[in-house]
Amino acid sequence: MIIENSKTILSVQGLCASINGIEILKGIDLIIKSGEIHAIMGLNGSGKSTFAKVLTGHSDYEVTAGSITFEGNNLLELPPEERARAGLFLAFQYPIEIPGVANTQFLRLAYNTIQAQRGKEELDPLEFDDFVREKMKLLEMKPDFLDRSVNEGFSGGEKKRNEILQMAILEPTLSILDEMDSGLDIDALRIVANAVNHLTNKDNATILVTHYQRLLDYIVPDYVHVMQGGRIVMTGGKELALELETRGYDWVQTNRQSISGAIA
Amino acid sequence: MSAVLQSLVNQPYKHGFVTDIDSDVAPKGLNEEIIRLISSKKNEPEWLLAFRLKAYQHWLTMTEPSWQNVHYPKIDFQNISYYSAPKPKKKLASMDEVDPELLRTFEKLGVPIHERAALAGVAVDVIFDSVSVTTTYKQKLAEVGIIFCSISEAVHNHPDLVQKYLGTVVPVGDNYFAALNSAVFTDGSFCYIPKGVKCPMDLSTYFRINTEGSGQFERTLIIAEEGASVSYLEGCTAPRFDTNQLHAAVVELIAMDDADIKYSTVQNWYAGDEKGVGGIYNFVTKRGLAKGRNSRISWTQVETGSAITWKYPSCILRGDNSVGEFYSVAVTNHFQQADTGTKMIHLGKNTRSTIVSKGISAGRSNSSYRGLVRVAPTADGARNYSQCDSMLIGDQCGAHTFPYIQVNNNSAVIEHEASTSKIGEDQLFYFAQRGIDAEEAVSIIINGFCKDVFQQLPMEFAVEATKLLSFKLEGSVG
Repeated sequence: MIIENSKTILSVQGLCASINGIEILKGIDLIIKSGEIHAIMGLNGSGKSTFAKVLTGHSDYEVTAGSITFEGNNLLELPPEERARAGLFLAFQYPIEIPGVANTQFLRLAYNTIQAQRGKEELDPLEFDDFVREKMKLLEMKPDFLDRSVNEGFSGGEKKRNEILQMAILEPTLSILDEMDSGLDIDALRIVANAVNHLTNKDNATILVTHYQRLLDYIVPDYVHVMQGGRIVMTGGKELALELETRGYDWVQTNRQSISGAIA
Repeated sequence: MSAVLQSLVNQPYKHGFVTDIDSDVAPKGLNEEIIRLISSKKNEPEWLLAFRLKAYQHWLTMTEPSWQNVHYPKIDFQNISYYSAPKPKKKLASMDEVDPELLRTFEKLGVPIHERAALAGVAVDVIFDSVSVTTTYKQKLAEVGIIFCSISEAVHNHPDLVQKYLGTVVPVGDNYFAALNSAVFTDGSFCYIPKGVKCPMDLSTYFRINTEGSGQFERTLIIAEEGASVSYLEGCTAPRFDTNQLHAAVVELIAMDDADIKYSTVQNWYAGDEKGVGGIYNFVTKRGLAKGRNSRISWTQVETGSAITWKYPSCILRGDNSVGEFYSVAVTNHFQQADTGTKMIHLGKNTRSTIVSKGISAGRSNSSYRGLVRVAPTADGARNYSQCDSMLIGDQCGAHTFPYIQVNNNSAVIEHEASTSKIGEDQLFYFAQRGIDAEEAVSIIINGFCKDVFQQLPMEFAVEATKLLSFKLEGSVG
């Protein structure tokens, strides 16, 4: 939701980043305020997943210019774990598997780490069990899931649900959901989207990184940005996604000047 | 390898202190005179001297093996001292009389003997250099008929048992290092569990090599009579010296009908420095004979130390329905080399064996799994399951698997699974994105990887092993 005079959560200015000397992001500007949901759309290779990784501090990428300010703090000074503790969350497109580590153990460790950072009470295994089971209802997950190793042998849909479960547990200020809809059947997509809608509120914000408009039928964005060649080339409301769906990304190429000009 | 991983794996060894204790050291070199000297210092009976000399004669005819996937300069066996004993001030009657300096050593090692023994109910036999310093809880064990003492004491007090079993599982001429050990072993542990007795506590031995230029050649013999069971633990450390030290032990286990021996090792010998200088050569022969029906021998090892590890704790499954198990975690870092695995020899009917091996390599180290599963024509219905997983940390280390399978019986079922994985930036980033720093992430990944093995360890050891691995991969241990 767009709220008058709500506070700025994320401010990105002139952000350039490269990997192995190859520039991927070529000057990104983006302001996100509390309560808002932003969709970042674009073709493969447009730089949208890179943007998500640069925001969260992946060490493969080097920021060569620009700034990222998160709730007034310079994010570029923080290592990835401190960005996470500060309230920045990335739901991974391809979550890793951790054999031999029970999901509940991993979730509790992450939860307690972030609770400690916030000066809040940590939970012992029994308390955490009650807490996490409540959250799991939101994602319609089976209880056996807690004892299984993190993401090991999970279906694509289970992995995505696990990511959103972590979002539910960690209560981040800004969540970046990278290709949340890939690998999800329609029922799972509905469950995941419902959970995300349940978790968004006036005090947090969400970035949906997606290829297709399909996800946006379920999670309705306040803004849609189109990325191309490492830049945001077009910004509009939720109707822009529909326009893209019918006209294709080629259309952006020819109209980028006029439309982004009009919206700005 | 990332800077984070680099810094995690480059910290010094914690057990590298030398204890200032008067030692009684034999002159360097190996010949019949030295063997006679060792034997006479220990007041040994004639048959044992004969055993040693026979082994020595064997050894002279043998050549050092070279098939293993490890590399080291030729060992000068004449430049090693084969006997080093802390000089006792007087004969020890109780723990209180043990040299306090020695006790401090064990405290530094995190082995506060009395508290540990009392609280945990663990009976500890401490082997310092080559001599058994003290055995706790001997009295309590004696009440149920268990003999737990140094092998030197056993030679004097229970000569019939020692003579009956010594060298029956690992013959004097078995292999180069076993022959050497049989010629010069100076001490070790002896354990005898009589018929039907379940050992009421875990038995434990701590080994430490303290004197520079000395080798350690301990000999362990464990016998579980019909229906008996025992869980035995050993731990090992050594101070840091720039010279390599040789550790060539022999362990023999014998399980009769329905007997059960579980042998767990946490090995943390000094591994050499980050450039590969110094460290222990750990060339060990461990073998269990599952002699009786329904007997079981289970090896669990956590190998984190030593410059070179070369050992294959094995099971000979002679009794029908006998069971052999091997659970192993081998961690190598810097320039360490490990060639380790097991042999499961199926002779009896319906014998079963399980092998779970986890190799972790970091730095420029090399880790090899080498295992043999042999099913004899007599072993109808034999089953084996093997799982060998390797994990690489960084991109300069190596992991190798050499499984040998020889099946001479059509009814056998053999399964072998293997995997290789790597801790990379993406795993660490996933943890970081959940607020968890790299050090903790590596520790969690490794402990998860090793879980199948750790859960085989007795509780107390499992905690120790988990800590040790975290240290190890911080690099603080070797």
